[in-house]
Amino acid sequence: MKIEVRNIYKLFGTRPEKWLDDAKAGVDKRELLEKSGHTLGLRNINLNIEAGQIYVIMGLSGSGKSTLIRHFNRLIEPTEGQIIVDGKDIMTMSKRELEDFRRHKVSMVFQRFGLLPHKTIVENVAYGLGIQGVSKSIRHEKAYYWLDQVGLNGFENQYPAQLSGGMQQRVGLARALATNPDILLMDEAFSALDPLIRREMQDQLIALQEKLNKTIIFITHDLDEALRLGNRVAILRDGELIQEGTPEDILLNPENAYVKAFLQDVNRGKVLTVGHAIKQPNVTITTNISPQNALKKLQHHGADYACVLESNILKGIVTHLDIIKADQARDKNITRYIHKVATISEGAELQSVFPQLLDNKQPIAVINQQDEFKGWLSRTKVINLIQ
Amino acid sequence: MFPELIPARKLRKMIDAGIDNLVSAYGDMLDKAIQPFIDLLVWLEQGLRHCPWWIVLVGVGLLTWTSSRRWQLTLAMPALLGFIGAIGLWDQGMQTLSLMIVATGLSILVGIPTGIVMSRSSWLRKVALPILDIMQTMPSFVYLIPVVMFFGLGKIPAIIATVIYAVPPLIRLTDLGIRLVDKEVLEASQAFGANARQQLLGVQLPLAMPNIMAGINQTTMMALAMVVIASMIGAKGLGQEVLMGINRLEVGRGLLAGLAIVALAILFDRITQAFGQRRQQQEHPA
Repeated sequence: MKIEVRNIYKLFGTRPEKWLDDAKAGVDKRELLEKSGHTLGLRNINLNIEAGQIYVIMGLSGSGKSTLIRHFNRLIEPTEGQIIVDGKDIMTMSKRELEDFRRHKVSMVFQRFGLLPHKTIVENVAYGLGIQGVSKSIRHEKAYYWLDQVGLNGFENQYPAQLSGGMQQRVGLARALATNPDILLMDEAFSALDPLIRREMQDQLIALQEKLNKTIIFITHDLDEALRLGNRVAILRDGELIQEGTPEDILLNPENAYVKAFLQDVNRGKVLTVGHAIKQPNVTITTNISPQNALKKLQHHGADYACVLESNILKGIVTHLDIIKADQARDKNITRYIHKVATISEGAELQSVFPQLLDNKQPIAVINQQDEFKGWLSRTKVINLIQ
Repeated sequence: MFPELIPARKLRKMIDAGIDNLVSAYGDMLDKAIQPFIDLLVWLEQGLRHCPWWIVLVGVGLLTWTSSRRWQLTLAMPALLGFIGAIGLWDQGMQTLSLMIVATGLSILVGIPTGIVMSRSSWLRKVALPILDIMQTMPSFVYLIPVVMFFGLGKIPAIIATVIYAVPPLIRLTDLGIRLVDKEVLEASQAFGANARQQLLGVQLPLAMPNIMAGINQTTMMALAMVVIASMIGAKGLGQEVLMGINRLEVGRGLLAGLAIVALAILFDRITQAFGQRRQQQEHPA
């Protein structure tokens, strides 16, 4: 496990230790504020984050998500609890160790970018390296490389204010990546961008992540974004963890009414994939089966057609009628009678098959990346999932 | 009659005696401590007064150019200084100018570090703000008395009185500037592992610079307002001319010296402002 968050409590106020027991006893946030003047930031947060994951923490404003992400590099200290990174509890680190941890292991991308307005783009990207004490020529070389990676070459000597929001956040991303950290903290990194640019940035993040394989902790209030980016998603409400799981888990099995209400506006067709709406084929046969045997198999299952596979690759389908014809023509096998069928990849967004479902009465086959046959696309399941 | 709760005469005597004791105990030490500034001031003053006038003009022109990059201003500022020479006040002008430069330098030396310390501690800020208010509102003649007792008459008490009067805005604006630094930018530098020094030099001071420059600008303006008062305790220069004008009821003398002071004020104001503006233009192009 890359990062373990254990029993994190955070109270904001003058004497948080005094009221910690109330927080542990489960006193309601509002009640606690009234009787103690302390705001409950986080209550008993436990998370396990694996290396190479994009781990999304989502919640509305006031849910404690921005507080939580600042615990991972101790910009905010917890009232109690541990965060264990690579086996070491970061809460026990000395000031010097913490500086070192922040310089080399973890970096952060901010909602409003947090760029230095008085430095040029290349100096901004090189900032973390400068803090490490890397010489100017090397850090500029690296900064140029990362600017190129995020598609910003040519802007090196501009100032942040001369760039659009989306470009500024690319600078923020390049700056975070330039120190080559294991862990990337992204605090509502794309929330300040307009929808088109946000989408673009999400794609870019996914593409970069495929190459870099960082452990990314991503904060957002946008459920669509959470489900799109996250390998796993944790939902916070009023400082408490409500549900944690894969995007599909959360979408298909919401734990309570709060999550359900959240999910109402989600475009499920965009989040769920064709793989979620597979039904297993009734009858599968191989290409060299004799018509008689094929006929028997079909009759045994009472099916109208069978799918023809050759070492897991779908060749097409044959209908009951075709097999009878083959039998009458005394063919050795049914190869001549195979009809091609439409196929779709199991990773495709569910909504992308709607047009095909509408004007295609024939079954649609679902295949994986290796072109292997996974099953048929179930119209009933599609409708049930979308509803 | 308001009842005399505290015997005023006794209190006054006590204060007088206290200051007397301080002067006899620490006067020599303070004189020694201040000696480097006297040397600097004398050196600067001699330099400016003996320098051919055209070199001073060219120097001011160069300074204006580096701060503003505007050629109109670069021509106007030496012309303004030339005006002081043209009305026969060059020598006095240079004396006042050197006094101003040393007073401003000393204010920066005291004001910026104090402002930085203040921005780091809310407690200190609560203590310091009323003191700054007192420094700004207390009539300057009141602290001229002990300053003269400590340092005698001449340039040094003039400079110290000037600094006391002129430094508060710089302290305030340095403190304010640092507190106004975008929290997210500061957080970003912390997140990359910057230590306190790296945060201060790399983020807080540069981002507070427009406010600090405004503070320096204010400080120079207030320092100029002190030149006439400073001349009463023996600082030579334009202030002395004004004072002479008052004493002899010579309106012309007073007016010309006054205009020369205004010219110096404009000079300082435009150059310090240009420094701040050019930085802001870089960061926030229209």
